[in-house]
Amino acid sequence: MNPEVILAAEEKMNPLLPAWPEVIIGLLCFFIVFGILGKKLLPSIEKVLQERRDAIEGGMERAETAQAEAQALLEQYRAELAEARHEAARITEHAREQGAALVAEMREEGQRQREAIVAAGHAQIEADKKQATAALRQDVGSLASQLASRIVGESLEDHARQSGVIDRFLDELEAKAAASAGAK
Amino acid sequence: MGADVQLASEAGCHLNSGCGFPAPGLNEFDFKPIFTVGGVDFTKPMLLSIICAVLVVVFFWATFAKPKLVPGKLQIVGEIGYDFVKRSIVLETIGKKGEKYVPMLVSMFFFVWIMNIMSIIPFAQFPVMSRIAYPVGLAAVVWVTYMTLTFKKHGFVGGLKNLCWPSGIPGWVMFILVPIEFFSNIFVRPFTLAVRAFANMFAGHLLIVVFSVASWYLLSPSIGALYGSVSFVVAAGLTAFELLVQFLQAYIFVMLASSYIAGALEEAH
Repeated sequence: MNPEVILAAEEKMNPLLPAWPEVIIGLLCFFIVFGILGKKLLPSIEKVLQERRDAIEGGMERAETAQAEAQALLEQYRAELAEARHEAARITEHAREQGAALVAEMREEGQRQREAIVAAGHAQIEADKKQATAALRQDVGSLASQLASRIVGESLEDHARQSGVIDRFLDELEAKAAASAGAK
Repeated sequence: MGADVQLASEAGCHLNSGCGFPAPGLNEFDFKPIFTVGGVDFTKPMLLSIICAVLVVVFFWATFAKPKLVPGKLQIVGEIGYDFVKRSIVLETIGKKGEKYVPMLVSMFFFVWIMNIMSIIPFAQFPVMSRIAYPVGLAAVVWVTYMTLTFKKHGFVGGLKNLCWPSGIPGWVMFILVPIEFFSNIFVRPFTLAVRAFANMFAGHLLIVVFSVASWYLLSPSIGALYGSVSFVVAAGLTAFELLVQFLQAYIFVMLASSYIAGALEEAH
């Protein structure tokens, strides 16, 4: 090792003094790096990172929205189901009421018809009775007068009929019967 | 590599071969010009700094030029690097306002880091940041940014106040403190920023060279070979250690730059 070379080098160089060409080249290099990275490359990656963040957050957001939607739908279905149940109950109730009313009406109608039939029957019976009474009365009269004619030997029929004896007699009988019935 | 030492080694200067230990010194950091243009020497560190710039640009071009929403492997690596500087350094130090300065500080971090890494790349084997000109240039960029932001944000008087009027200090201490703060913020900060990076790389490189040269020098058919191998192991260990220091110095450089910017952007107190 040649000591003069070292000495020369040390004399020439102070490691704390920057050499200006180097400063300029260093700065130039830095600004080239900064320029290309700062203007083009870093904005582009930043954009993609942002997009990715958005995509992830957007995905989460979408999932949340979907869940909320599903929840809302569930609520709606539940509400509708409850409504439907309520409606069904109401309809059943209504039908029951209507049925009851119908039954009552039918019963009333039946009652009314029965009464009408009974009344008609009564009237019929009354009429028949009257008719029968009238027929009986006539028959009894003619029988009695025939019997009396046989006994007396002559025809009393016309006379009796003309005089109204039989009728009177029968009326009296009826009146007696009525009186005894009334006394009872 | 320091031409003289290299020559001495190649000449077969070993223990017991009649020559003294060719101790590496400042000559390690002085290069013969590759070529000279108009009286300006173009040296190896210059070449390396250009290569470093190209490397950073090429790397980020490859990773970020056509970024994809679903990243490929290379893009993931780039994103991790970018995200590390952005989140762990810039946003951590400056906060949300720091978003604007991310590109500058990211560029600075990777540029400084790769220039430091050159220390252990075969054939390069020289940390560019151990030439003070490079840290000085970058520290100047930081300083200009720091000053510009301070005065832009607070105006001239407010800026000065921000630089040298610490809050919550009793009045009489101000007589001492204000000049100190002024001196510290305006002169010491850029100086230490540059010198810290420079000195670390300088010392690291010198250590590796000393042990490398020693292991070569001690390599002789004698007990020296044993010492030489120990020296070699140390050199290898130091190389690994330097890998850490290189990262750390780039980290500290950008971290301090961020904290200066944060100080400039701070609300007046």
